[in-house]
Amino acid sequence: MIRVTELTKDYGPRRAVDHITFEAQQGEILGFLGPNGAGKTTTMRVLAGYMPPTLGEAQVAGYDVVDESLEVRRRVGYLPETVPLYPDMTVFDYLKFMADLRHLPDAEDRVDDALEMVGMENRSEGYISNLSKGMRQRVGLAQALLHKPEVLILDEPTIGLDPAQVVDVRNLIREIGKERTVLLSTHILSEAQQLCDRVLIINKGCIVAEDTPDNLRGRLAGAERVMLRVRGEADELPGQIKKIPGVQGVKLLSDDTIEFQFAPGQDVRPAVAKTIVKAGYDLLELRQVGMSLEEIFLELTRDSTVSEE
Amino acid sequence: MQNIWTIARREYKVYFNSPIAYVISLLILIVLGIMFALNIFFFAQNASQNYGSAPDISMITGPFAFILVLSLPALTMRLVSEEHRMGTMELLLTAPLRDWELVVGKWLGSFLFMLTLIGFTLLFPIILNFMVNPGIDQGLMMSAYLGIILVSAAFLGIGVGISAMFTNQFAAFFATLITFVVLWWMIGFPAEVLPAGAEVFRYLDMKTHFYDTLNAGVINLSDIIYFLSLTALGLFTGSISIESRRWR
Repeated sequence: MIRVTELTKDYGPRRAVDHITFEAQQGEILGFLGPNGAGKTTTMRVLAGYMPPTLGEAQVAGYDVVDESLEVRRRVGYLPETVPLYPDMTVFDYLKFMADLRHLPDAEDRVDDALEMVGMENRSEGYISNLSKGMRQRVGLAQALLHKPEVLILDEPTIGLDPAQVVDVRNLIREIGKERTVLLSTHILSEAQQLCDRVLIINKGCIVAEDTPDNLRGRLAGAERVMLRVRGEADELPGQIKKIPGVQGVKLLSDDTIEFQFAPGQDVRPAVAKTIVKAGYDLLELRQVGMSLEEIFLELTRDSTVSEE
Repeated sequence: MQNIWTIARREYKVYFNSPIAYVISLLILIVLGIMFALNIFFFAQNASQNYGSAPDISMITGPFAFILVLSLPALTMRLVSEEHRMGTMELLLTAPLRDWELVVGKWLGSFLFMLTLIGFTLLFPIILNFMVNPGIDQGLMMSAYLGIILVSAAFLGIGVGISAMFTNQFAAFFATLITFVVLWWMIGFPAEVLPAGAEVFRYLDMKTHFYDTLNAGVINLSDIIYFLSLTALGLFTGSISIESRRWR
């Protein structure tokens, strides 16, 4: 469980996180989405007990991150953005060292379990300096999973992994997220879409949107969008489609492709199809295109970006 | 306590993978070996004027303390600063570990390494013991070695404290070296010229606590307290420094 109230963090005169409030329940995967420098890492560092907030409160697993920092740190698994590893240690020694710091009674078994979870059990005797970026990332993840933490905080967990490993790690996170609280940050929107129960979009230290990925799409899309494609050139079609009642924003995307919008609830697609056929065109494709999370994200974070420049 | 030990054990092992630690150890042993050989040689040459006296172990421990001033900064410089540079500080500060446990663990690891090195130098008194009749002065040897151990503890404590203030280990090296040089040679100067208050500077002068007493076979509680206080001060500075970084 994570509960954050009016959390603010200043670095000198610069405000990195500005009065943010949110919650994450047990059994929930909460995605932290935002451009670089939005305050994701700072928030996660505060929650992991690395540094205290300037203002506001945060509770993790029922303990205050400032007053009961050690209790919080005992219950949190944290994977920082730059995976903290000792290159001069073997994978096993490194994880054993972390397990000892966490006073795990069956340290060696836990290390083996964690390595198995991230699929590194056959590399435990290798030196960390010889590992690839993806493997280092997985060792870092194993470190965060060692003590079976109640709350898992992962800063860009799939960065640097190859596509197959990305799938593995996402499955692993999904599995963990069934029972525990997972807070993960990413700037890959499809990842948030696939993985998270809820998404927080953060920009310039403020939360600009918070909802399930599906709702976010629905809420912000406003109008339904349709793309259609015909055989041959479609130069004259937009003019005809525009005349159909309820159709808005007709655009010719390429020679044979047109995009238009209609207000939710009044489906104009049958009328459009009839018009096209009547005009003598062969209709090849008529497809609804949802607003992707990418567009929502750009939409939400654009205003402030523009105003800064 | 368990945390301190976990940190110390890792630190101790790191020294055995570190070229700098080997170079320093080798240097110390070679220099002490040469000092030892030269001393014995000249003593034997002038045997007629020695009137039955025998060389004692302070001929090794004296230069040893001097070498510590110049070499220990290289052993402590990376202790904490390296963690900052590698980003592993984030790992340690989010582990359930108190800041001071981290600092004390780092110090203990380096101290255990120094004890190992000091253990090797026991070769010299053992050899000397065979060479002189009726054997060396055991009391003086104990006292001088206690002195070396205390000086090492204090230097390492200060070194860890300074290392915690820097993210660059070379900056930490020079800051540590300067601190050692001031504490060992320079802080006593004002005592020579000041009309009043000289006692304070005389007390702070590190070398007198070693050369005048411990290395001459005199064990005073005040000297022991002096070195232990310096150690504690260094460790305290280190803890504060790490703690203050969290708030920045």
